[in-house]
Amino acid sequence: MRSWGNLAFAAAREVVRLPSRSACLPAGRPLLAWGNGRSYGDVCVNGGGTTIHTRSLDRFMAFDAASGRLRVESGVLLSEILDLVTPQGWFLPVTPGTRFVTVGGAIANDVHGKNHHREGTFGRHVVGFELLRSEGERLYCSATENPEFFAATIGGLGLTGLITWAEIDLRRVSSLSIIQRQERFHGLRQFFDLNHQAELDSEHTVAWIDCLAAQPRGIMISGNHAENEDSSPRPARALNIPLTLPFSVVNRATLSAFNNAYFHRPLAQGPGPYGPFLYPLDGILHWNRLHGRAGFFQYQCVLPGGEAPLAEFLQTIAASGEGSFLAVLKTFGDVASPGMLSFPMPGSDLAFDFPNRGATTLRLFDRLDAIVAAAGGRLYAAKDARMPAALFRSGYPGLERFTQFVDPAFSSSFWRRVMEQQ
Amino acid sequence: MKSILIIGATSAIAEHCARLWATEGAKLFLVGRNAERLAMIADDLRVRGQAHGVQAATFVMDATDTASHQAMLDAALAHLGKLDAALIAHGTLPDQKACEASVDMTLAEIAGNGLSVIALAARLANVFERQGSGCLAAIGSVAGDRGRQSNYTYGAAKALVDRFFEGLRNRLAPKDVSVLLIKPGFVDTPMTAAFDKGGPLWATPDRVAREIVAAMASGKQVLYTPWFWRWILLIIRHIPERIFVRLKL
Repeated sequence: MRSWGNLAFAAAREVVRLPSRSACLPAGRPLLAWGNGRSYGDVCVNGGGTTIHTRSLDRFMAFDAASGRLRVESGVLLSEILDLVTPQGWFLPVTPGTRFVTVGGAIANDVHGKNHHREGTFGRHVVGFELLRSEGERLYCSATENPEFFAATIGGLGLTGLITWAEIDLRRVSSLSIIQRQERFHGLRQFFDLNHQAELDSEHTVAWIDCLAAQPRGIMISGNHAENEDSSPRPARALNIPLTLPFSVVNRATLSAFNNAYFHRPLAQGPGPYGPFLYPLDGILHWNRLHGRAGFFQYQCVLPGGEAPLAEFLQTIAASGEGSFLAVLKTFGDVASPGMLSFPMPGSDLAFDFPNRGATTLRLFDRLDAIVAAAGGRLYAAKDARMPAALFRSGYPGLERFTQFVDPAFSSSFWRRVMEQQ
Repeated sequence: MKSILIIGATSAIAEHCARLWATEGAKLFLVGRNAERLAMIADDLRVRGQAHGVQAATFVMDATDTASHQAMLDAALAHLGKLDAALIAHGTLPDQKACEASVDMTLAEIAGNGLSVIALAARLANVFERQGSGCLAAIGSVAGDRGRQSNYTYGAAKALVDRFFEGLRNRLAPKDVSVLLIKPGFVDTPMTAAFDKGGPLWATPDRVAREIVAAMASGKQVLYTPWFWRWILLIIRHIPERIFVRLKL
């Protein structure tokens, strides 16, 4: 069983596809929904249990093109929503770095995007959804109806039952092109200055970091939807990595060469289609295969406390010589999520891919964990494959309350791992 | 705007065809056994085709109930006005071993996959002939090309449709009516839920639907989908019988 990180996990005993949203849950236990398999670790894996494939729940239910309210089944992909609504002047209010995730997955992981400082998480734009519980009960959950189940299910890692359909509010855009701005920075002081200005000026902000540089350096990227410019996005042909390589092409030499070239490349400025800006990796299908058969870990955490913990964190990675092309830094805003277990909180959000080199990689993670814990931060469950139970518990103060809403028939390899360790 | 009748509209392949037609703003009439699933599909199609003014009506009918065919056809024509195309897509994949144990089951499968299709096609052919235009299409199967021990009941029913369509094509060619028989190979749908889906021969219903919609628009006569099945079946059809009988196919 492999999720997006290509790490090996115990396989499910049984895989079931629901014929429609009105169908009953399968009999096997424990249950867990699997959307489009874009979670990196074991949060979407149910070793030895029953996996419910939700991609068969891919129907649109209603769309009010005047108000932008959309009702869809939970297996619909964000890319399918964009295909439908962008020609009518609507866009997703919040989108993660890949559009190949299901609506159910976006809710269960309460995904965030480059506009977190303005719009918060995906869950903030969810009006309501139907939650199918294992006793057969169908709960409509919203901020006012079954509000506790609503809060538990947003960011609830699929553990509160099966989301069969959801209603979300889209946002109007006057153009599908995004005017972007890129600037190099040297040092964290400069990053924070640029980032502060970018958050004031721009809806979307994110920075790429050279994770091997002794002195942190990178590129600050920001962008806004164009006001009137009507450039329809060019449908680009996606590259595909057709097979998993036997070894990772990511090593210190390739990484250092790539990072140098990337840092010094001519910076992109001005208007362009939204796809390459919001979803740079979607242009390379199965890019996860570049990390080889052993797979890779993504380490994504949020670090409150400003510059000091961030500097320590980056130094630790640079000194290890591990890391990847994908090294992303963004600051979260203080727009609160409705979810009990939502990942974003004010602070610096860092995401790094690390090829799986076994014990050395895991030892590095232990050092990073200590920095995260000391700063009062947390790790992102959607990306995790190894965090210790103690860090999960300390990072998520809502955990105790959340457990009351877990469906007794639902579980995941992630959940058993972090709950049984203690 | 095209007016299209889909029988067996809840089948995965038919549903994906309908999605493509919806984005072209077609007028659709969906026939199936399950009222609730038909309604869900019609809602989906209306949303997908909303910007193009798609219309979708539904009609509940069991295709094996041939006595109800005329009423369905009258309702379809009343809704659609004219008939640009009809797609017959209903069917079941029987368990061959169970059919061997039960003659009743064998006959029921022949009735469901063969006779009911012929009953519908016979009526539709007369409508198209009177109109002097349109496309009549049905989903057959590569299984109809040769009798194999693993699924010859299904194959025989599909072969029956194949020959009937050949005759209709011959009859309606001068009337400018195209008659298409679609022969899908392995498609990843609820019908094949019990199969292991590994390997390059398996296709998605979306891919198959795209080929069907294109073939219906172009007036093609026989469509193997995906394309490589034409060559696989060419070989299988030409294996001499004395060798074929010894094969475990």
